[in-house]
Amino acid sequence: MAMSFQKPWFLARARRRFAMTRECAVLLPRVCAALADPRQPGSDDTCLEKLLDWFQELTLFDSTVQLVQDNPCLTEFITSVLALPEPSPSILSFTLRLAGILAASENRFQHLQQEKLLARLFGRDGPLNSAVWEDASVRSGWVQGVHNMMHHQPALHLLCSGGGIDVIFTLQGDPSLFVASAASQLLVHMLTLSVESETTKPLSTKDCDWPACAQMIIKRIEDSLQSSSASHIEQSLKLLTSLFGSCRATWTEVLWLGVAKQIESFLTEETVQVQHMLANLLLNMAWSPVFRDTEGSFWALVTSALEHLTPVQAGPLAVGILRLYKCPQDVRIQALTVLLQPMDCILRAASQPLEYAGLLDESVSDPVTVESLLSSRSSCANLLCQTLAHLEELLSLSRLPVDLPYTSLLRSLMTILQFCNGFLSPASPLGSTISRILINCFRVQRSALDVLAALSERKGSDTLIESLFDLLLAYLESPNTSPTVLKKTFQATSKWLVRLQELSCSNSQGQQTEKILEDVFLVLQKRLCSPCWEVRDSSLEFLTVLIKCLRDQDEFRQSLLSSEVPRLTENLLEDPESYVRASAVTAVGHLAFITYFAPEPPVVGNQYNKENTVAKLQEILSTDPEGFPRRAVISIFIKWLRQGCTGQLEDTEQFVSRVIQTVEHDLDWEVRLGGLELIEVFCSQTICQLGLPQCPYAPVSSAVTSSIHWNESLQVFCRAKLFSFLFRSLCDCDKPVGQRACDVLLGLRSNFYPVSTLEGSQGTGDSAVGHGIAWLQRTLRQGSLAQNFPTDGSNGVDFQDPENMMIALGAIELEELHDELNRSSDHVEKSPQSLLQDILATVGTIEENEADCY
Amino acid sequence: MLDCGLDMTSTLNFLPLPLVQSPRLSKLPGWVLKDGSTFLDKELKECSGHVFVDSVPEFCLPETELLDLSTVDVILISNYHCMMALPYITEYTGFTGTVYATEPTVQIGRLLMEELVNSIERVPKAQSASMWKNKEVQRLLPAPLKDAVEVSMWRKCYTMPEVNAALSKIQLVGYSQKIELFGAVQVTPLSSGYALGSSNWIIQSHYEKVSYVSGSSLLTTHPQPMDQASLKNSDVLILTGLTQIPTANPDGMVGEFCSNLAMTVRNGGNVLVPCYPSGVIYDLLECLYQYIDSAGLSNVPFYFISPVANSSLEFSQIFAEWLCHNKQTKVYLPEPPFPHAELIQTNKLKHYPSIHGDFSNDFKQPCVVFTGHPSLRFGDVVHFMELWGKSSLNTVIFTEPDFSYLDALAPYQPLAMKCVYCPIDTRLNFIQVSKLLKEVQPLHVVCPEQYTQPPPTQSHRTDLMIDCQPPPMSYRRAEVLTLPYKRRYEKIEIMPELADSLVPLEIKPGISLATVSAVLHTKDNKHVLQLPPKPPQPPASKKRKRVSDDVPECKPLKPLLSGSIPVDQFVQTLEKHGFSDVKVEDTAKGHIVLLQEAETLIQIEEDSTHIICDNDEPLRVKLRDLVLKFLQKF
Repeated sequence: MAMSFQKPWFLARARRRFAMTRECAVLLPRVCAALADPRQPGSDDTCLEKLLDWFQELTLFDSTVQLVQDNPCLTEFITSVLALPEPSPSILSFTLRLAGILAASENRFQHLQQEKLLARLFGRDGPLNSAVWEDASVRSGWVQGVHNMMHHQPALHLLCSGGGIDVIFTLQGDPSLFVASAASQLLVHMLTLSVESETTKPLSTKDCDWPACAQMIIKRIEDSLQSSSASHIEQSLKLLTSLFGSCRATWTEVLWLGVAKQIESFLTEETVQVQHMLANLLLNMAWSPVFRDTEGSFWALVTSALEHLTPVQAGPLAVGILRLYKCPQDVRIQALTVLLQPMDCILRAASQPLEYAGLLDESVSDPVTVESLLSSRSSCANLLCQTLAHLEELLSLSRLPVDLPYTSLLRSLMTILQFCNGFLSPASPLGSTISRILINCFRVQRSALDVLAALSERKGSDTLIESLFDLLLAYLESPNTSPTVLKKTFQATSKWLVRLQELSCSNSQGQQTEKILEDVFLVLQKRLCSPCWEVRDSSLEFLTVLIKCLRDQDEFRQSLLSSEVPRLTENLLEDPESYVRASAVTAVGHLAFITYFAPEPPVVGNQYNKENTVAKLQEILSTDPEGFPRRAVISIFIKWLRQGCTGQLEDTEQFVSRVIQTVEHDLDWEVRLGGLELIEVFCSQTICQLGLPQCPYAPVSSAVTSSIHWNESLQVFCRAKLFSFLFRSLCDCDKPVGQRACDVLLGLRSNFYPVSTLEGSQGTGDSAVGHGIAWLQRTLRQGSLAQNFPTDGSNGVDFQDPENMMIALGAIELEELHDELNRSSDHVEKSPQSLLQDILATVGTIEENEADCY
Repeated sequence: MLDCGLDMTSTLNFLPLPLVQSPRLSKLPGWVLKDGSTFLDKELKECSGHVFVDSVPEFCLPETELLDLSTVDVILISNYHCMMALPYITEYTGFTGTVYATEPTVQIGRLLMEELVNSIERVPKAQSASMWKNKEVQRLLPAPLKDAVEVSMWRKCYTMPEVNAALSKIQLVGYSQKIELFGAVQVTPLSSGYALGSSNWIIQSHYEKVSYVSGSSLLTTHPQPMDQASLKNSDVLILTGLTQIPTANPDGMVGEFCSNLAMTVRNGGNVLVPCYPSGVIYDLLECLYQYIDSAGLSNVPFYFISPVANSSLEFSQIFAEWLCHNKQTKVYLPEPPFPHAELIQTNKLKHYPSIHGDFSNDFKQPCVVFTGHPSLRFGDVVHFMELWGKSSLNTVIFTEPDFSYLDALAPYQPLAMKCVYCPIDTRLNFIQVSKLLKEVQPLHVVCPEQYTQPPPTQSHRTDLMIDCQPPPMSYRRAEVLTLPYKRRYEKIEIMPELADSLVPLEIKPGISLATVSAVLHTKDNKHVLQLPPKPPQPPASKKRKRVSDDVPECKPLKPLLSGSIPVDQFVQTLEKHGFSDVKVEDTAKGHIVLLQEAETLIQIEEDSTHIICDNDEPLRVKLRDLVLKFLQKF
């Protein structure tokens, strides 16, 4: 009821918004004439696309004929293009799509059909039988045009009666993939439209009284499926996949029952190789309640597919099934078997018979296929990488509808990683073959480490933790570990170290943890000295992650601080590679939380000189030639300020002031933006500390006391020279900076001017201050403050004077500025009027030339 | 002879030769036999459970029993590491042949020999141990001395005059230069990409090609890249000199080297790199050139100490044509191809002939020292091991793969200094070999037995062996191998005048034959068919023919016969001609026709017919003519 009440109002507003302006209506006939003129150079495709978008908007909320009646140039345009002996493919394609958009409403369809325009465009005598049909853009335009139009029965009938269905079916096999895919989508759309708009009573399996158009399509699908042509079968399977993916109506089951047997036969059919298409089809069906909720043959088919498809084909189906919450348990087990089988094979290949139970009960799985795939150099890595990617996908789900055997899975992963670095001497011939294939296979190493990282969050795999760390440390230590594999190893190690800490808290495995941490820092120390900058960079990132996650743990802090890692990290602040410097800044910034800013600073030597470190970071901020390290410094300063660390460091006000003065001239806009964020944090903290209510609507206890606070805060901000940076940033050449500055100023104003007091205080008066503010306002409006920035107060604006700034905050139209800044920079150029003018401008030159000639 | 390397691992059994008196070494206890006998205590010393020979180090020579080296005509050298035994061969075995090698190989080889001789000669040792070599005594010694092979053949180092004499027998060659060896074969050196001037060799005749691939590298380091294309179409490819550490990726090892170096120096320690004066050191210096600034090591001095340090650094800069493309282009700029020139200019790298003299004045710590010998038994490295071994701040980093680092360190135990093993061996690994063989496709591969099975310590690593089809032929020490090909053809040249005179006769479509009468002239394994000498002119006068004018008499040409004799028809013909008692016997090769009455025998075989009759020439001629009737003549 609420919707129907709102609808007329909503539609009226939408129509108004998307209606054609008078200016556009004036320009449109000339544009149409120009586009239909074969002498004109082909218009820019982007302009034509924008023009179509505009027509789409114009027709979206208006189904009347008004648009075509008021603008007869549109029908004239279509007529003249149809009359051209050799229209350009791009204009013809445009015309087809435009006609489709216009004919999307039945009223306009009938209007255009008065002159048989649509029949001429989309019928047998149209472009589809002309030479220009060879051009893929025309075929694509035709399909899109039909799709645009296909919203009512007259359109359906036009196509069905004119043999259009055959054309679309043929286009499914078009050499252009775009056309082929669009044709398939169109058929799905037509089938749905036909069944849903032309059926009067619900369809049932017994009574298949399909509407005529639907019947034609279904017949074609059935015929294709029964043909011996793999490409035809593939097209129909694709169509059905798409249909079941988009349409969840009950009639789809009726359709399915007609083709199910045939499709089922493809699983075992050896003459037609279309098995690879079946996984997607079944997966889309599994997501549809029509099939999912049935007890019947669908799930039996899925089970059969999981059994008959190759492990590579069945993988995506299996993982899709395992993501479903509603699925029979036996199917789920079968899907899990598909995914775990390669992992099981690995485990069995590596170990003595009966040494481990393996992952799977042998009775449910036939490992022959998987074993043969794993023994082949060409398929082994592919199968493992795919399986590992699926497992990672499953493990990343917050709620897994199935229990995975985590311990065995971890053992299998470790086995793969041991195969890859040649640490494992396999006990079986299969193991030897796999070992030979996998040694130094970086792809598999990366995938296995990803799953290993994901597995750390699952409980139940802790028994192997000691040997797991042996393996991870071997990878971290080995000079043969490639930089990308090392990065993944770092990621897995950090996750498992967190897990280790959780475990050691619960079961007092302190010594083991201490030893592991010691080893980790020893190897990290070496990696920080690597000649390969990627390795130094990932080592620093690893350190930062560790500090973030484990800084509250005593063992971790002690191990870290007693190692050489902190000193080496500080050395890397001078690394020649800017990415490494940036990562070193971040790491040093985080290290500070456990050295200088810790409640009880460590008593390990005297090497951590906080003043030096801060000075070093400030030096990087002011002198580093690259942006990344400077961005890293400002981010760290923001972090320190947010966590209230700078107060212990020195006077926060001075700190912020110094940083702001450094960053305000920075060439990197992200650094300037960081400066504004720092100001924002500082302002909110200052106002909080001084007791001013943050909410502008909160009651102010007494006018006198609050004005004292305002004064004090303002004085702090003025002393820190925040305002000059904030106002200058309003005109920053990089818009995000201006927007942020405006937000900060609006925030400040809301603090200093509660809503009730704002109106009265906006006058600037006639004083010198008033003149200054007026100048500022003018300059801001012109956007030229950055160029004309007063350095000496000569324009009457003193950015360090609280009174001046109080008036400025009240007087300057910050909301207006805010709107202005938030408008996209091409809002003028993006208008339809501008688009039409652009099109005319490109053809205008020709008109002028013609005038010159005659 | 392909290469003549010197096995220097024998030196690991000896005590190091310290440059200055080492109280530690001199106080080592003598070794006493289990039964308390002390007769070896002067010769053998014990250090941390290991026994060493206290004598001048000796080297294990190439096999001399199997072959009389004086019969060797040619030695082909692949690279400077593979010629270290040359003086022993050229100066002690009666060798009179020629040695072929490229110029950088000879020059740098000379430097290596010079360093070796210098390192040993400058520390003369009063005593020379030989008693332990007695087979009965050796049997009583602990391993590894007990298991040392042919210790009686171990020799002291050669001298500089011997080195010079050996090197004077070398003939310099350039890449792709074709060298004729006695007309029998042609040998060609090809770039092998491993070291300056390192070569693979092609040995080919007109119809056979044998490639000898030794010490090759496909990595981009300083030498000219490996020439693979010329190895194609080989009948046999002899493959040796693969990486000794197949599991150590050189890039990873260089990274490891740099990391450990930086860590040590940052902690205030010194780094010792035992190395050869040429080869990987150039790449290490180049790597450090890029690394030291980034690692904040700009102020740390790098010392290169070797009697040939200066020559090595300078030689490397002048062999432009033997360098990789990038380095060659630098020469035209003109810039020194190796960046160590800049390190020297900026005083970051300093080189000295020995620790005496200038070095002791300039020496600052912490520092990095490159010096030899990698065996740690002689050279300046011994001094630094003694000097720095006691502090755990210092690190010794092994980069040369030739010696087991644990064995090298054995006489220095107990050792506090850190030891890092980063063997950098750029030679082919098994994956690269597999790709190379797929590319080059030789008919047969011949290689040492070790390459056909996984390393003994990693028996599961089946990837660490040569994998090719057909499987490689392997050989082991002192095994004599027949290479799997037969020489079937020889090329013979026909002089143009002779060729002109031939009149081919087509006996089958597409096959023409011509009889050739010529003189086969063979010299230096080259065969030439020349026109036969002209028949003697009838004497113009009745002068008596002089002996010197007596040229071989050229008999009139007899026609060549072809075809086979159908025995039945032949018998009928004989009967027609009055031979009534003809009897035919079959033999393994043909038939025997017996004319009993005439006591004559005609032996008909596939390629010969004999008429055997006693002194009846008219009968023989008659029978011959009957036989000839059945044969074609041309």
